[in-house]
Amino acid sequence: MATTVSEPSNVLSVPAPATPVVEERVKARGELAIVWSRFRRHQFALVGLGALLFMVFVATIAPVAPFGPNEIDRSISDPQYVSHGFAPPSATHWLGTDELNRDMFSRLLWAGRISLAVGFLTVGIGATIGIFIGALAGFYGGWVDTVLMRITDLFLSFPFLPTLILISAMMHQYRFAADATLVQVGTIVGVLALLGWMDTARLVRGQFLSLLNRDFVLAARALGADGRRIMLVHLIPNSMAPIIVAASLNVGGFIIAESAISFLGVGISPPTASWGSMLADFQSYLRYSAVAVLLPGGAIFITVMAINFVGDGLRDALDPWLRNR
Amino acid sequence: MTRFLVRRSIEMGVTLVLASVLLFGILNLAPGGPFDARIAASHIQDTTYLERLNKMIGLDKPIHERYLNWVGNVLHGSLGESWNIARGQQVNVIIGTRLPNTVMLMTTGLVFSLLIAIVIGTISAVRQYSLLDNLFTAFAFFGISIPAFWFGLIMLKFFGLDLKIFPVGGLYSVGHQDDLIDRMWHLILPMIVLSLLQVAQWSRFLRSSLLETLRQDYIRTARAKGQVERLVLFRHAFRNAMIPLVTVIALAIPTLFGGAIFTETIFNWPGMGQLLVGAVGAQDWPVAMGVVIITAGLTIVANFVADVAYVVVDPRIRY
Repeated sequence: MATTVSEPSNVLSVPAPATPVVEERVKARGELAIVWSRFRRHQFALVGLGALLFMVFVATIAPVAPFGPNEIDRSISDPQYVSHGFAPPSATHWLGTDELNRDMFSRLLWAGRISLAVGFLTVGIGATIGIFIGALAGFYGGWVDTVLMRITDLFLSFPFLPTLILISAMMHQYRFAADATLVQVGTIVGVLALLGWMDTARLVRGQFLSLLNRDFVLAARALGADGRRIMLVHLIPNSMAPIIVAASLNVGGFIIAESAISFLGVGISPPTASWGSMLADFQSYLRYSAVAVLLPGGAIFITVMAINFVGDGLRDALDPWLRNR
Repeated sequence: MTRFLVRRSIEMGVTLVLASVLLFGILNLAPGGPFDARIAASHIQDTTYLERLNKMIGLDKPIHERYLNWVGNVLHGSLGESWNIARGQQVNVIIGTRLPNTVMLMTTGLVFSLLIAIVIGTISAVRQYSLLDNLFTAFAFFGISIPAFWFGLIMLKFFGLDLKIFPVGGLYSVGHQDDLIDRMWHLILPMIVLSLLQVAQWSRFLRSSLLETLRQDYIRTARAKGQVERLVLFRHAFRNAMIPLVTVIALAIPTLFGGAIFTETIFNWPGMGQLLVGAVGAQDWPVAMGVVIITAGLTIVANFVADVAYVVVDPRIRY
């Protein structure tokens, strides 16, 4: 999973002299506005957010791309490019063509849809499973906690990539009648979510344990709220900050995981493309085109880097310890 | 301590058994057997013949019997027979020929990453917020975000194919299998590719660990008594900062193996990772199961070692 870099505060510097506290009327601001104003100060996070929004936008408008994702341009006549593809960029093909003379630019956009969709969907489903299990374990404690946490430990003891490859390969043996792209995306999201919920579960459980004895929870109990209400109204909303941070960082990890298994041939398979499967296709044509190698991998890299920046910024913006600084 | 060891060992055994049950179950959900393709390709579509073949290797039995059979074989030191990539050959033998190559790649990768990470981490911590530190921070973000297989392809393209500085893959050049220099030459690119992620993570980890240590009271004491800064760093701070790294390294072994899968695939390195990808592509489930169960065992043992090592190296922690 995406691991991030934390910034410990500057220990070696001399603490700033205490400034006299000035009484000041503060305009009341909503939670979101506060988070946004703190997020905005993080320059890298802003750049990351911009890059990420750009990627999402470009993937969304894939249907207006000049060519279809699997459309082969048979008008290319140069024998060199007919034999092994990879025509150079031109007015018709802005980024050239791939090994079958499909338009690289259009295909990149369509592939981006798949990669981004897998990343975000998986995080949504994985986080939901994680919140559910973590909430039950943290709230009820006792044998429920023991059983659920043992299961979590069991899943954590699987080596992530080999298990992922194994399950994906097994799923690849089934031929479904439905739309191939949808089935492939659904399968990958399912498998990734199955192997990626554990950190959220542990996080939520920890949050619940620390929140359970707070006064507002005791007050809710005293007022006769049942377990479901306490969890849904009090505990989960109060645990959201770390969940959001972890989830945002996980998106990048899942995008890499998807491209990884597609690269190994057990994820998205032809003719559908994701950035990872494009790289896999180009692997055999390394000597013909440098650009071809740089493009899909670069798209993954930029997206994941952007997500990591955003996650880092979110962490700083949502961290209650830094509040009022 | 003994009680802790016993409890952890039992847990470890139970986890391994459960993991094997789950993995075996998942693999047996895959349709078909090793003979399906052969029957489908022959001109006589003889299902009774197919059934007889499948019965021969025990595929007609219910899943729990097949599992018990497999476990029995494993306890006798056999991981079964390969289905497709080397039909009839013992999985142990296949893995045995691959294992040393992967171990060599992972060991050199681990040592290399550790050395680089220690240097980078120490410089970053001692010169916090300097230009170098910021550069290393950028590098860490880069290393964490870049997909290992893409980095591998780029290295292969530029240093192998275009500049021809390094070989494009394999263990050694043809006819040079006893040439140590040649083997090391082939090892360099895969080792660098495998190390990138670890260097990025460990250097950041060491940096924050060292910064944390440097603000402890005993460091202030050491400085106050007039100890030279270099000795404060290496005698007092450095060793304590290294303690948590032991755990991190033990836990990184599964990650390293994951990285080895791509590195071996890209650089045509005949190791376990390449074997797994090949086995999965050919639907050779016994081989795939063998590789994954060994990796799972390794992961579980690594977790155990991480726990124990933590207690052993840090006398302040007791169980």
